[in-house]
Amino acid sequence: MSTTAAFTSDKDFLAGMYQKMLTIRLLEEKVLQLLMEGEVPDLYPCAGQEAVPVGVCAALRPQDLITGTYRGMGHMVAKGADLKPIFAELYGRKTGCCKGKGGAKHLAAFDKGVMGAYAIVGASIPIAVGLALAAKMLGKDQLVACFFGDGASNQGSFHESLNLAFIWRVPVIFVCENNLYAASTPLKTSTAVDHIAKRADGYAIKGLTIDGNDVEAVYQATKEAATRALRGEPTLLECLTYRYGGHFAAEDRIGWNYRTAEEIARWKKQDPLERAEIILKDRFGWSSSEKKMLEKGIREEIEEALEFARQSPPPQPLEALEDCYFEMDHNFLWRWPE
Amino acid sequence: MREIRYIQAINEALREEMRRDPRVFVLGEDIRQGAFGQTKGLVQEFGETRVLDTPISENGFCGAAVGAAMNGLRPVVELMLSSFAYLAMEQILMEGARMEGRYTFGSQIQVPVTFRFLTGASGHNGPQHSDQPYPMFMNNPGLKIVLPSTPFDMKGLLKQAIRDNDPVLVLESINLLGKQGSVPEGDYTVPFGQATLRKEGTDVTVVALLHLVDAALEAAQILEQEGVSVEVIDPRTLVPLDRRTILDSVAKTGRLVIADDSHRTCGAAAEIAAGVADEGFGFLKAPIKRVTRLDVPIPYSEPLEKYVLPNKDRICQAVRDTLR
Repeated sequence: MSTTAAFTSDKDFLAGMYQKMLTIRLLEEKVLQLLMEGEVPDLYPCAGQEAVPVGVCAALRPQDLITGTYRGMGHMVAKGADLKPIFAELYGRKTGCCKGKGGAKHLAAFDKGVMGAYAIVGASIPIAVGLALAAKMLGKDQLVACFFGDGASNQGSFHESLNLAFIWRVPVIFVCENNLYAASTPLKTSTAVDHIAKRADGYAIKGLTIDGNDVEAVYQATKEAATRALRGEPTLLECLTYRYGGHFAAEDRIGWNYRTAEEIARWKKQDPLERAEIILKDRFGWSSSEKKMLEKGIREEIEEALEFARQSPPPQPLEALEDCYFEMDHNFLWRWPE
Repeated sequence: MREIRYIQAINEALREEMRRDPRVFVLGEDIRQGAFGQTKGLVQEFGETRVLDTPISENGFCGAAVGAAMNGLRPVVELMLSSFAYLAMEQILMEGARMEGRYTFGSQIQVPVTFRFLTGASGHNGPQHSDQPYPMFMNNPGLKIVLPSTPFDMKGLLKQAIRDNDPVLVLESINLLGKQGSVPEGDYTVPFGQATLRKEGTDVTVVALLHLVDAALEAAQILEQEGVSVEVIDPRTLVPLDRRTILDSVAKTGRLVIADDSHRTCGAAAEIAAGVADEGFGFLKAPIKRVTRLDVPIPYSEPLEKYVLPNKDRICQAVRDTLR
């Protein structure tokens, strides 16, 4: 594993990252509960991986862009998206961040630079290269961080995109959230290399493997990658991490069983939130009352967002025909029931 | 008016749009050389930054074009041959048409990208270089699909496509590259969704696409000598499709032949026929006839290829069938 120069946050900065991670954790807890109760139909959990989006986005500027995956709640919160439209989207409401059309797999906040989440594995990688190409061609002071998993690194789009990023010298950071499993398939049995970062060598870009559960390390590595990106030097940043929940929320209910309890317990000892909390306490004398205050505030925010979603009207059925080029003739002029 | 070739009309449209709007740029395989000639000379005028030669990574560069369109540019992507589109279906359909083609993200963003495909069977190109994939794209909502059959339409429709704020697919017929026609020097566009009457007639309507418009016009001349008056309609865009003009013509003639150089099963002709059967059944005096590719891959050898592809003789035969 590569190490980057030791980085020491100041208290507020680290507490800010911790707050974001805790928001993601608590938000997911809440949504999973609602899912069990049948109120929310779909979710792809990311608990355990919070340090990656939070550390990366902490190193980005407001004008920088990200592309996410269907495991996208963390990316949204980390880049500063409001919780209300997230909740409303999960509920399929008109006030959702995609008007209820994208749903859990397609969270987006264009005003915050979250340029969509993509439910085809590896799909966002060429798009991120294109976003970065436009940033370069238009002379924008902007870079793009592209999130994807270890499974995506076996898609052709990954390999095509790294090659394009190098030959076009675009400002992009490829952030691989390596949680060791592509759905249920272990990295070991599906992937020729033990570390995804090695694949950078094939495309003449810098590849780094870092501890993805150390939010400061993720921040620091991204900061350095951002400097390179703005010089037109892409980086493949592999963040080793682990997802506690299923690939999809209900996988254990249909009998998926591919990880041992010991393995999960081992990773939980490396929990990104607990590690940040320890640093906050040891280094900055953070008190448990400060944590409680933080948690209380987040829980309130979540409840407000949930209430917003529940109170929001569902979309009208005819709105299904909006937001797409749609041939009115085809469906209505030609004998459609009134 | 001066006459230029179809291929020059493509070049002129690209050149004029790149001059008009600095956000327009072109990318694709071997386009600095000008692949078949459509992009010849663009790199000399606009430089390498706006004329990007890509690696052979169709999905990658189509996706990059979608991304660039989401971040302020207006990319025009060339696929050297439409047979290569299958490699990029994921980015063109899932990301171009469905995702950023506004729907998934509820119109928060637009994707003004143009995909240009050189398309069709040109003789001896064999089973993997002769495709007409437009029906597969028609079957997926979110893309506009343009099929110019004359140099005039090519220039005007391609300009319209580049200015459109949604993803547009422009099919460039490999059979028409050398076709001459009158094209104004200045700027003009041809709107989408407006079919044009290529020849007026009273007995049978022939709806023809791409190079089969010319085959239909030749067939009409032959049939004229047999005392049959054929009306030829060129839809010019398949999405949107000007169903009204087709239906009005069928209301007049009562007979319909569709000439479509895609495969028969679930082809463009099948969709047009189904629409007329649905809404215009009462006008029909005879069954609708389709003239299409036969449902086999396109073979290499000339007599085989000719046998499989639609042509003017088959159009004549189909028209006669509707009059029996």
